[in-house]
Amino acid sequence: MKLLALLTLALPLLAQQHGTDPVQLDTGARIYSANCSVCHGPDGDQVSGVELKRGKFRRASTDDELAKIIQTGIPGTAMPPNAIGSGNLVALVAYLHAMRDFKTKKVALGNAAGGKVVFEGKGGCTACHRVNGKGSHMALDLSDVGAVRTPGYLEDALLEPETVNLPQHRYIHATTLRGEKVSGRRMNEDTLTLQIIDSNERLRSLTKADLRSYEIEKETRMPNYRDKLTATERADVIAWLVSLKGSAK
Amino acid sequence: MKSLLFFTTAVALTAQATPDQLLHADKTPANWLTYSGNYNGQRHSPLTQITPANAKDLEMKWVFQADTLQKMEASPIVVDGVMYFTQAPNDVVAVDAKTGRMFWIYQHRVSPDARLCCGQVNRGLAIHFDKAGDTLFLGTLDARLIALDAKNGKVLWDTQVADPKLGYSITEAPLVVKDKVILGPAGGEYGIRGFFAAWDVKTGKELWKVYTVPAAGEPGVETWSGDSWKHGSAASWNTGSYDPDLNLVYYGTGNPGPDWNPDVRLGDNLYSCSVLALDADTGKLKWHFQFTPHDAADWDAAIVPILADIDWKGARRKVLLSANRNGFFYVLDRTTGKFLQGTPFVHQTWAAGLDENGRPIRLPNTEPTVEGTKLYPGMQGGTNWYAPSFSPRTGLFYVSAWKDYYSFFSKLPVTFNEGQMYFGGATKSAVQPIKRGPINSWTDVAGHGEVIALDPQTGKEKWAFKMHDVTDSGLMTTASDLLFTGSREGYFWALDARTGVPLWHAITGGQISAAPVSYMVDGKQYIAISANHSVFAFGLR
Repeated sequence: MKLLALLTLALPLLAQQHGTDPVQLDTGARIYSANCSVCHGPDGDQVSGVELKRGKFRRASTDDELAKIIQTGIPGTAMPPNAIGSGNLVALVAYLHAMRDFKTKKVALGNAAGGKVVFEGKGGCTACHRVNGKGSHMALDLSDVGAVRTPGYLEDALLEPETVNLPQHRYIHATTLRGEKVSGRRMNEDTLTLQIIDSNERLRSLTKADLRSYEIEKETRMPNYRDKLTATERADVIAWLVSLKGSAK
Repeated sequence: MKSLLFFTTAVALTAQATPDQLLHADKTPANWLTYSGNYNGQRHSPLTQITPANAKDLEMKWVFQADTLQKMEASPIVVDGVMYFTQAPNDVVAVDAKTGRMFWIYQHRVSPDARLCCGQVNRGLAIHFDKAGDTLFLGTLDARLIALDAKNGKVLWDTQVADPKLGYSITEAPLVVKDKVILGPAGGEYGIRGFFAAWDVKTGKELWKVYTVPAAGEPGVETWSGDSWKHGSAASWNTGSYDPDLNLVYYGTGNPGPDWNPDVRLGDNLYSCSVLALDADTGKLKWHFQFTPHDAADWDAAIVPILADIDWKGARRKVLLSANRNGFFYVLDRTTGKFLQGTPFVHQTWAAGLDENGRPIRLPNTEPTVEGTKLYPGMQGGTNWYAPSFSPRTGLFYVSAWKDYYSFFSKLPVTFNEGQMYFGGATKSAVQPIKRGPINSWTDVAGHGEVIALDPQTGKEKWAFKMHDVTDSGLMTTASDLLFTGSREGYFWALDARTGVPLWHAITGGQISAAPVSYMVDGKQYIAISANHSVFAFGLR
């Protein structure tokens, strides 16, 4: 039963779990699922501006404060008070801290310093990605990727990049009515317009009515590093990425 | 000078609404008197000054920005140039409908006992007209019903409807019928026992109360295994409609509790996911129709039931039109509750169809599982509570639909604890259910929103207006064949109600989760809409 509950939470990303006391985490996961996931989402990222997986909370720096917020809610926001007993509350708080690693496979971490060298050199990652002000803006800025992604996710990104190609990372190719060809990464889209970063790293607005054609590139631009890097080099890169927690306080 | 001023005021006063005005709302089209504009739920304005030809000349006349970041879901009411609406958590605001300037504000302090599944939501007010003074009614998040003097916002009476510590709250706009104010509580995610009740408009005395879940010994309780009826939910969170000739009020009910683990409540679970026809004087259940027996997807029937008189198979018929979260569009006889027609209006994978009584023929393996069951439509449904519209001129039923949208439904073991969420599972969708995320990044895999026009005669789609994002907006049509709607993207649209062609739009800059209204002041027609935490009014240049 316990395992079954875990599988439910991991719906699309079935993976082994590891972490602290599995019984407690399982309880916490169930409480999370019953009380929190409708608003916060199964991955804790469904409320705009709140990413529970980061394990850092704007209004709580200690477990006690976190527990209090869960119990009393946050007045003036959609966060309601929750009547959760103390034992369950401990389990829920433990789960919130473990969420980031909850669904991950164990991945060997190498040498972070070596990973940085591979990232900026042989891997060619900075041709598209940016870390702490170095590199291109064309793909995602990875300065805080270690705070939001697990080692398992990062390994997938290197070995099976098509599995992590989220829609907002997709490239678009458009031709305007005047014949100008525009390509870039889609940053936003609505019924009438598109917001992209184009191949010259310009933030641009496109109006759909002004486009002759508009295509979304479904394939990822991220290279597959299965053959491009050795297992050791990949482990080093993952260690480097995991160490990137961003500059936020 | 003084006497001139006095004269002007006196003229305004004599134009005031009369007690039976709610019965004849169409005769005072300058006002918007109930949640849906009038009792039939059609959200159709008789005003014709704004037309398909001049809609391009619409411009913003005023905006009211609330002192809160919570989104508005209220549909304003407008009486003789005064607009009344609500802002979070339970403030009532009266503004000049011509300028948006405030006359007064009433601020209810919500008890910390309030338990809310879905934010500090309120969908609006009701008004009762009386020579002695007009009264506004507000349902609160801590499950109170409050009567306010419409002139100054002072409390006339205030009554506790149910215990908020048990998860009862009120989010819907009340409905005034004759000398009664009617509503039901929300709380379907807390295992409440839903009900509808009526209070005396003058005193706040409860006049009738009818539960939406039968108790032991009552007919219908056999549709609940064991004691599960005790936490059966079937809550109410949207305003009903009223047919004065039949003297029936029509309300939709919500999901059975717990939402996603149906194993603990075997049976049809009456009267969840149903529309109920209640005698307005006594609350007596005249008939019911259950859209989704033994629901396990949270497919509430919260949408406003539309009452229309249409030609049906050669004869005039009083029908009730409803598009349900479960993906089907229904035509019922509203005198008897007889099922006349039901047709899917979005892609759905859970039912082989409906039988001759309108009961869904559920496909195997469509209930939640521990691993997760993928179903179309998803948890929010093919539509949800978004106000639909019916135009007697086009004969079409209009609704906001989520097309090609799915969720994974999973179930978990569940025990009931008073005042705690009672889900019994979880859902996962690529679309965020209630509020837009920071970026619109998923629609190519997750479905999108459309305004669709359905022909009640056939159930077929006449036209569709496609959006990139999903839409949580209500609709309004006008007697000049315009349709107004908003969007999660923040656009506010005027469409041609006959073709769906967009004629005009404005950018409000916030998610629209409310429904438009129309009114007239000093001979000028306005269209108003709440977007995120502001109210906008548009009129011709």
